[in-house]
Amino acid sequence: MKVIYKRPQVLTDAYFKYCGGCGHGIVNKLIAEIIEEKNWLEKSIIIWPIGCSVYADQYFNTDSICALHGRAPAVGTGIKRALPENLVIVYQGDGDLVSEGISEIMHSAIRGEKFSVVFINNAIYGMTGGQMAPTTLLGQKTTTSPYGRSVEFSGSPVNMAELIANIPGCYYSERVAVNTPQNILATKKAIKKAFEYQMDGKGLSFVEVLSPCPTGWKLKPTKALEFLSTEMTKIYPLGVFKSPEVAK
Amino acid sequence: MNSVKIDFDRCKECGYCVQFCPNQVLVNGSEINKKGYYPPVVEKSEKCIACAICARVCPEAAIEVIKDING
Amino acid sequence: MGEKVFMQGNAALAESAIRAGCRFFFGYPITPSSEVPEYYAEKAPQENLVFIQAETEVAAFNMLAGVAATGKRVMTATSGPGFSLGMEAVSYMAAAGLPAVIVDVMRPGPADGDILAAQGDYFQATKGGGHGDYNTLVLAPYSVQEMADLTMEAFDLAFKYRNPVIILSDAMLAKMRESLVLPERITPNEQYDWTITGPKGRKHNVITTCGDGPVQWENYNLALQKKFKEIAANEQRWESYQVDDAEIIIVAFGSVARIALGTIKKARAEGMKVGMIRPITLWPFPVQAFAGLDQQEFFVTELNAGQMVEDVKLSVKDKERVRFYGRMGGMIPTPDELYEKLCEYYRK
Repeated sequence: MKVIYKRPQVLTDAYFKYCGGCGHGIVNKLIAEIIEEKNWLEKSIIIWPIGCSVYADQYFNTDSICALHGRAPAVGTGIKRALPENLVIVYQGDGDLVSEGISEIMHSAIRGEKFSVVFINNAIYGMTGGQMAPTTLLGQKTTTSPYGRSVEFSGSPVNMAELIANIPGCYYSERVAVNTPQNILATKKAIKKAFEYQMDGKGLSFVEVLSPCPTGWKLKPTKALEFLSTEMTKIYPLGVFKSPEVAK
Repeated sequence: MNSVKIDFDRCKECGYCVQFCPNQVLVNGSEINKKGYYPPVVEKSEKCIACAICARVCPEAAIEVIKDING
Repeated sequence: MGEKVFMQGNAALAESAIRAGCRFFFGYPITPSSEVPEYYAEKAPQENLVFIQAETEVAAFNMLAGVAATGKRVMTATSGPGFSLGMEAVSYMAAAGLPAVIVDVMRPGPADGDILAAQGDYFQATKGGGHGDYNTLVLAPYSVQEMADLTMEAFDLAFKYRNPVIILSDAMLAKMRESLVLPERITPNEQYDWTITGPKGRKHNVITTCGDGPVQWENYNLALQKKFKEIAANEQRWESYQVDDAEIIIVAFGSVARIALGTIKKARAEGMKVGMIRPITLWPFPVQAFAGLDQQEFFVTELNAGQMVEDVKLSVKDKERVRFYGRMGGMIPTPDELYEKLCEYYRK
């Protein structure tokens, strides 16, 4: 008998509080797998945001700190500058990274802070009950855009992976998604690369993950994946926007 | 025979494992768990190729896959 | 004891922090505190410091939280407007148990205000300028020597209680030059069992201020309150001047206390029995200093519309015996001006 897949030991036994079908669960799991495979547990520090993953410190055997809304990159700056040899993971959702904390993430990229950012883009504010995010699609209905997001009041969705890629201090920027098994594998590869670059002492590595929010979108999980596949990828194309190979 | 073990009380019935199994090994279950969900069950275990796609798509990390290397 | 020098207040504070082993400084320039980051920037290569000019005070205060979480000493310096921006993070650091030193070099408010000396941030610093139930130690130096000494102590106190410590200075103290003896350099302990450094050889650590239901969160608050009560009981500090036979006691802190020393001299020469209580900790307010002083009159003078005066009223038996005189906008009273006020209030 050979164990092909088993729950990563980097995860605690706690049950995830995420909704059924939530992308956070998939990405949390991938992060745990990578840390286990690379044997980085003793070096790992994860900075969690305010959002649905606010309690994720309960799910991991890494050291964790939960930052104020939007401030994870600033906390990460402090931690990585104090402990340059550690694996410092900044994990944020769209409210945290694109709205409240847009200054902190932009300036972390400007300074070329050497931590890895995992950005969960589900085009909505899940934890607080499904309000509009800066990443919400035009026409998408949320509790604060009940008639659909309009350009007049809310502008257009924000493409963070591209924005960050344009900053010289960003070493690596890629957008992936967790809507299919192949894409989940690609997500794992991207996050692993981001962590490897960090451990090699390179600048800010940024992975944006398109993720389903069944509860916020008011869709069954499998239907939510369809929305992600057909609608979100139109606005948020998957791909690498900055990579050391391209830079050369 | 390869085996798929689903952690009964972790499952939230998202349906991803059922959807993405290439051989339709898993089907919707009829037994309710602590949280009120119906976790899937293995229907055609002889068709399982231990690809572990079910485990990889599961947002709860609730699935374990074991390959029978003896056949 | 270190060497005797002649230095500017801000520079002495920065030098003392470096000697206290504070290698990390994050801040945003704002008058009248900018000499502190400038000092760190200049000394960074030779002292192996990490100086980052943060994009905003919000970011700077949160960078403090990050370094503090690893057990290392860290500081920021700002003035009123920046202090206000940092308040959420101060609430966070107090709740999370993160030791950091925050310097507020006060200038007149409200809003942008002006850039000379003021004391209008007293409420904000001592009543917890951020949200929720928490406190921070607030130290009020009144000389360049105290700028250095209290800075050294601020770090020890921050780590003793796992809480942020605020140093409340002002534009005058920051910019004046005086002789002082610099403290001796120390190598601080950076190993603690609660820090976030990667779970090597121990169970993993978590620092979070996100409550998980009312039972857990009330218990968390009760533990915090215990911490603050301990500080309040053990860390009250003040200095008394000629209080023993005084009929009128001036209560002043920081720059105003210096001015009041001149007032006391003049008043005594004119036969008025005047003394002073100078709080050094503004939180915990030194209520112990007022014990037994039931027959005296209290003349509270500050560079604001009346802030510390409320704490004095709470500390004495008869609040009718407490009177206030203040200046705002950056106007500074002279010793004579305070003496005239004493005459106006108390000489019949």
